[in-house]
Amino acid sequence: MTEKPNLNYIKEISGGNEEFEKKFLTIIQTEFPKEKIEYAEYLERDNLEESAKVVHKIKHKFGILGLNSGYKLAVKYEEDLKYGDTKLKEEFHKILQSVEEFILKIA
Amino acid sequence: MRCIIVDDETSARAIVAELCKTIPDMEVVAEFPNALEALKYIRHTKVDLIFLDIHMPKLSGVDFIETVNNPPKIVLTTSDKNFAIEAYEYEFIVDYLVKPISSERFKKCACKLESTFQKTPLEQPEINTTQNEDEDLYINIDRRLIKLKFMDILLIEAKGDYIEIQTRAKRYRVHSTLKKIKEKLPECRFLQIHRSFIINFTQIIDIQDNSVLIERSVIPISRSNRPELMQRLNLL
Repeated sequence: MTEKPNLNYIKEISGGNEEFEKKFLTIIQTEFPKEKIEYAEYLERDNLEESAKVVHKIKHKFGILGLNSGYKLAVKYEEDLKYGDTKLKEEFHKILQSVEEFILKIA
Repeated sequence: MRCIIVDDETSARAIVAELCKTIPDMEVVAEFPNALEALKYIRHTKVDLIFLDIHMPKLSGVDFIETVNNPPKIVLTTSDKNFAIEAYEYEFIVDYLVKPISSERFKKCACKLESTFQKTPLEQPEINTTQNEDEDLYINIDRRLIKLKFMDILLIEAKGDYIEIQTRAKRYRVHSTLKKIKEKLPECRFLQIHRSFIINFTQIIDIQDNSVLIERSVIPISRSNRPELMQRLNLL
């Protein structure tokens, strides 16, 4: 996975409104870690149906942060989880990791 | 254009709210993290448009659509492209936005909204918020106005052009519709649980599978009405 998270989409939406950008990044910095923990907890309990629901939310963050391939993978992973298939878990976790690092960097 | 945003993700609501700022005359009057809160709000406050997420816990966007009476125009927002075809089965759904929503796509949506509202002026019946639980209801039977106390009504069933009001003592057949009587009933006591039934949910004896027992009547609960019923119950 070579793509890296970026703020292009957020800048497009903000139209240069820096106040919105700051507010929005704060929201992402709050929301994403919670969803990551929630996802991990469901996965640990082998509750794949609920894991899929959290992946559904996380994939939106991938899209916001310009991770197009990551978004597509999350779409597939979400569907797989509904059928009890976790083969994309490792790849998904790598993307989660890169988003987490990016969020820490921009904090 | 007064709109509300319903989405369980704060980030998604923030994006839609920011995009709304780019559209003249569009005012975001409230945001809700779940559909139930939105449902309560629109019962008492007039809005012209709802940006509605499909995938939400408890009450989904689809459940919301099936529950709400006289819905305003709705723009669906979701990450699930597969719902698009189903979405247009409802005439009040104006557009379908796939997340993350681009500025360009949102502008197209705004154009659609503009032409939709030009065709249908922004008007909605006023909702009566001054209902009092202690009030009575008068029904017209053979040119006689009969007073029924709300607390005595067990359930109301739609039967063609008529409704049947069942009290503990009697059944009354009235030329009216469920929709009309629903507007006259206090929400704190009555709930529609099926397209043909409104119940006084304080009179429920038990709930089993997809039916409710009230006195000796077994009333079906429709899938779309079940979440609201469960929400109203004081569950242990």
